[in-house]
Amino acid sequence: MPVTDVKQDLDNLTLSITAEFAAPVERIWQIYADPRQLEKVWGPPTYPATMVDHDLTPGGRMNYFMTGPEGDKYAGYWQVTAVDEPRSFAFEDGFADLDFNPNPDLPVSKNVYTFTEHNGGTQATYVGTYQSAEALQQVLDMGVVEGATSSINQIDGLIAA
Amino acid sequence: MTDDGEERADALFQALADRTRRDIMRRVLKGAQSVTVLAAKYNMSFAAVQKHVAVLERAGLLTKQRSGREQLATGDVEAVRSVASMLAELEQIWRGRIARIDELIASDSDQED
Repeated sequence: MPVTDVKQDLDNLTLSITAEFAAPVERIWQIYADPRQLEKVWGPPTYPATMVDHDLTPGGRMNYFMTGPEGDKYAGYWQVTAVDEPRSFAFEDGFADLDFNPNPDLPVSKNVYTFTEHNGGTQATYVGTYQSAEALQQVLDMGVVEGATSSINQIDGLIAA
Repeated sequence: MTDDGEERADALFQALADRTRRDIMRRVLKGAQSVTVLAAKYNMSFAAVQKHVAVLERAGLLTKQRSGREQLATGDVEAVRSVASMLAELEQIWRGRIARIDELIASDSDQED
């Protein structure tokens, strides 16, 4: 398992994950710079992602949707706020309708991904911050019972993967 | 995260790291279910299903009440959605992504070898 550190900050609703990959920084950057590679890693096999728009530049927009086992689709977007190729980028991650209009009722999380050279490979740090516990709930699921159920389904998918 | 939080996240994840228990959770989140009726849905003994229900109860994911001769199990939506469990759940999603990145770059070197 290439994950080397996980920090959960319950007060600031921040999750930081550090991973080490046996590939140069440029190779890891490529995954985010190439929509076909990004969709391979973004969604779990039960909820594959399709990147429709992909612009990894400051102010750029990434639009994607994920397709569930019953053909149900969930759209989201990344609003890219900063890019320092190939070392880091920052974006706001939100939900959208299927025409990729941001849904203002659903929360946006702030994310910073950083890649540094480490022991001939790459140390990647993923930091995501949520606005509120409620926002965090909405990120994981929408609706109450359906949401909790879909969270469990997602665990199912991850474990099966 | 506090030790308490860590232990709670561990308990939640251990409880949910079993296919039957996730299936039981999906059913009891929809409303109270008699343990006897639940047990009839699985190809295992009543005692085995009862044990699964007990693990979920200890993790705080469901509560049990007695109703006459029946034991009713109800999923605790809030517990499933508590912040600690959500962060732990998010962590699993990220771990999944990281594992897929690892696979993707491993397939590069397979091609080179």
